Amino acid sequence: MTETIVVTSGKGGVGKTTTSASIATGLAQRGHKVAVIDFDVGLRNLDLIMGCERRVVYDFVNVIHGEAALRQALIKDKRHETLFVLAASQTRDKDSLTQDGVERVLEELRQDGFDYIICDSPAGIEKGAHLAMYYADRALVVVNPEVSSVRDSDRILGLLASKTRRAERGDGAVQQHLLLTRYNPARVEAGEMMSVKDVEEVLGIPVLGVIPEHESVLAASNQGVPVILEETSHAGHAYKDAVARLLGEERPMRFLDAPKKGFLKRVFGG
Amino acid sequence: MGILDFLKARPKNTANIAKERLRIIVAQERSTRGGPDYLPLLRSELLAVIKKYVNVDPEAIQINVERDGDHEVLELSVALPEGKA
Repeated sequence: MTETIVVTSGKGGVGKTTTSASIATGLAQRGHKVAVIDFDVGLRNLDLIMGCERRVVYDFVNVIHGEAALRQALIKDKRHETLFVLAASQTRDKDSLTQDGVERVLEELRQDGFDYIICDSPAGIEKGAHLAMYYADRALVVVNPEVSSVRDSDRILGLLASKTRRAERGDGAVQQHLLLTRYNPARVEAGEMMSVKDVEEVLGIPVLGVIPEHESVLAASNQGVPVILEETSHAGHAYKDAVARLLGEERPMRFLDAPKKGFLKRVFGG
Repeated sequence: MGILDFLKARPKNTANIAKERLRIIVAQERSTRGGPDYLPLLRSELLAVIKKYVNVDPEAIQINVERDGDHEVLELSVALPEGKA
């Protein structure tokens, strides 16, 4: 049984690719066979975040157009035996993705016994984003606690409810999850940033995970290591929790409170 | 809160402002979602006609499409200014 999960957001720069890389890696760590596909044709980046950019020979569009076999284009992760990356084309325009082609590739992954297919959506609501969500069983909507991101997420939730194969066939809704990223508890406590509860109330769906804003996310991407593999990173631990919840396990929310200030800071501020 | 913070003016709670603005715009966008594309234009043309007779506020017109069984109902409500009905 293969489950297809789209990682989407509407707005750009909120952490879709970071999330796709970490969730895919986390599922593979838990022993599942996982493919993660970059749908951002022309602006390929998943390969960089996964650290396999120099091993891309064939890409998603090559497979769709019959220029390469799927197994030639799937890049096996160097850390996990059961994790594979399918890169986006860097040279083609975004019209080179076709609905038929995407369906054929997803079907072949199903036949090959993949447990999870993670579709990393481009920003926006154009063709690439539409195709990334069309075949999804579940959706991870990545949102920052910031007005434009929250509004765009609501737009995406509307599209998930109407413009997907499940919606069109009446097969039951795409299961929707929010993943809150770049969360800064100190700013929430100061009333400068919306809280988890605020975002849940506005959008009306529960949060699957909250990823704290942390320097380790940039450090990990600098090195091409999904942040979930950083053993000392709170962001990495928060992604591990999110993966566990995705698998149906209960985990308490962590990292929602600002670190306590020391005595000197309390007296003198800062 | 340190000693130095007492000297600064207390900043506004902007998170609450963000939440309130989002609550309103999201509700409004959801109410027209899935409805026909002409709704915003219909709304502004109706407003222009009504304004010829009554000076209503642009916010005073609510337009919704509701599904009722197998047919749809176009619901229009206009709040007239007080004392001018």
